[in-house]
Amino acid sequence: MDALLPPEDRGGPAQPLLLATGLRKHFPVPGGLLGRSGKVVRAVDDLSLSVAKGETLGVVGESGCGKSTVARLLIRLITPDSGTIVLDGDPVDEPHGITVNELRRQVQMVFQDSYASLNPRLTIAETLAFAPKAHGLPAAEARVRVRDLLDKVGLDPANYAERYPHELSGGQRQRVNIARALALRPRLIILDEAVSALDKSVEAQVLNMLVDLKTELNLTYIFISHDLNVVQYLSDRVLVMYLGKIVELGSVDAIYGNPQHPYTRALLSARPSMDPRRRTKEAPIQGDPPNPIDPPSGCRFRTRCPFAEDVCARTEPPLADTGAQAVACHMRVAGSGHSKAATP
Amino acid sequence: MQSPTVDIAAALVRPTVASASRGYWPSVGRRLRRDPVTLICAGILLLIVLSSITAPLLGLADPYKTSMIRRLYPLGSPNHLLGTDELGRDMFARLIYGGRLSLFMGVMPVLCALLIGGALGITAGFVGGKVNMAIMRVMDVFYAFPSVLLAISLSGAMGAGTENTLLSLTLVFIPPICRVSESVTTQVRGFDFVDAARASGASALTIVRVHVLGNVLGPILVYATSLISVAIILAAGLSFLGLGVKPPEPEWGLMLNTLRQAIYVNPVLAALPGVMIFITSICFNLMSDGLRAAMDVKA
Repeated sequence: MDALLPPEDRGGPAQPLLLATGLRKHFPVPGGLLGRSGKVVRAVDDLSLSVAKGETLGVVGESGCGKSTVARLLIRLITPDSGTIVLDGDPVDEPHGITVNELRRQVQMVFQDSYASLNPRLTIAETLAFAPKAHGLPAAEARVRVRDLLDKVGLDPANYAERYPHELSGGQRQRVNIARALALRPRLIILDEAVSALDKSVEAQVLNMLVDLKTELNLTYIFISHDLNVVQYLSDRVLVMYLGKIVELGSVDAIYGNPQHPYTRALLSARPSMDPRRRTKEAPIQGDPPNPIDPPSGCRFRTRCPFAEDVCARTEPPLADTGAQAVACHMRVAGSGHSKAATP
Repeated sequence: MQSPTVDIAAALVRPTVASASRGYWPSVGRRLRRDPVTLICAGILLLIVLSSITAPLLGLADPYKTSMIRRLYPLGSPNHLLGTDELGRDMFARLIYGGRLSLFMGVMPVLCALLIGGALGITAGFVGGKVNMAIMRVMDVFYAFPSVLLAISLSGAMGAGTENTLLSLTLVFIPPICRVSESVTTQVRGFDFVDAARASGASALTIVRVHVLGNVLGPILVYATSLISVAIILAAGLSFLGLGVKPPEPEWGLMLNTLRQAIYVNPVLAALPGVMIFITSICFNLMSDGLRAAMDVKA
């Protein structure tokens, strides 16, 4: 069955593997009469991103900034309110494009909770064989593939195939989840906080395994995490999100070496320092992110930004290219009206 | 004494056997075997069910044969171990034969309601949104009536008789089973493994069959078992009111009704069908409790 051969590269290396334009998802807030309060949570607002073939795109941001919603939108577990997804030149779910199912075969996802993402009633082998079988792979071939997959993620098939999830450790379970994501031979894997719940030594092992798998299977990753060190280690490019919007996007060196947006700077300086002489005395930003039901006007970060001025409340800063990276901040836009912005 | 080779072979075999029984259902079975109350209840129910099914083969007296001379014999009379009823029919035979209809009326409506209500509830829970809304609001309409009242009015409208009782009881039990199925399905649907299955591109039916059913069937079955006792009581109640089984058919509820007149003459005799109803329904209830306890473990 052709559906289970590795997908071919179509557009060549220069064409982005995944291109999302203007993704928007507002969740209605339950409550009120007939469950309709008229309010919405603006989880993701006009977000565009592209992922090049073979790269790892890191996505960072605080809890609740819409990272996971982006992941679920990209794999279409959630239908976007608006926006398009183009996979290697093929628009998804549009005439002349590919179907959502085809997208899901080429894009897979690993979830954060290793326990909740495995069916407790199925053995590891049954879990891994589910997707290939659903795509019509005969049972005998599915068994071979299960063994193959377990080998790839470093679990002995003879020992683990017939076990149940509760008999495995967290690290082993997450390996199984990664194996499941590989089962359909996808091109892009979205890792949604995939290693965040593991302890540090296991996390390192799984991360190294992910790096090896990427080269071996020619994969592309979208790596979502709140752990800035891990993102730095794994990513080629980094996308910083705040309240459903991109605030900064650029190469890992640019973002970590020369962050432009005040939010990115705050995030980076909030990292625990290994050097006792460089400890942060004061929290770089105060308070919690504003409620996404009613985000601030203009720049969404302005309520916590030490440099906020009138212009920040009036107009929303565009994601402007500054050379090494793109930043959504009035201070980086010449002639924006901000006192720190260059005059044109 | 065994040879050492046999011991080693046994030791080598044992882990495989253990791993084969590590699944969910084997572990539920293991826990059930350690629960004496559930085992005793299951034993009593088995006895009642088997004796009703094999009643014609047990060499009992004819449950329909009346006798004007031998009316209302007390318990322990010769040839009539549990006495005779108001028409001189053998009580023991009638109680055993009565189990056939009473149990049938208890199990059958719940089974039908389980199929229909379960399917509706799982659909509502899995699809969600407007479908859920439509199905569950219709169920709410049925919920507005107390179940006994609903059963009585349905049976009253359709007329007495076994089929109509069956139908009305089925209708009464669809909404609660549907509601329980919907709530457990909604819960299971929220787990990441269902999302992962959806992300694999499998059809909704395949996902329900492989990932949802195995996780929701347990709680639904436990709940349905607890409804059997309610069904038996309701069916008996309908018969008692003359809306269920028609005489001279032996049925516990109907027997309770007809023996009512004898309550001052021979109260123990008049209570016997009630005792049967009581034993059967309490056994079903305790068994469903035991099942719940055995299944309610994070696998």
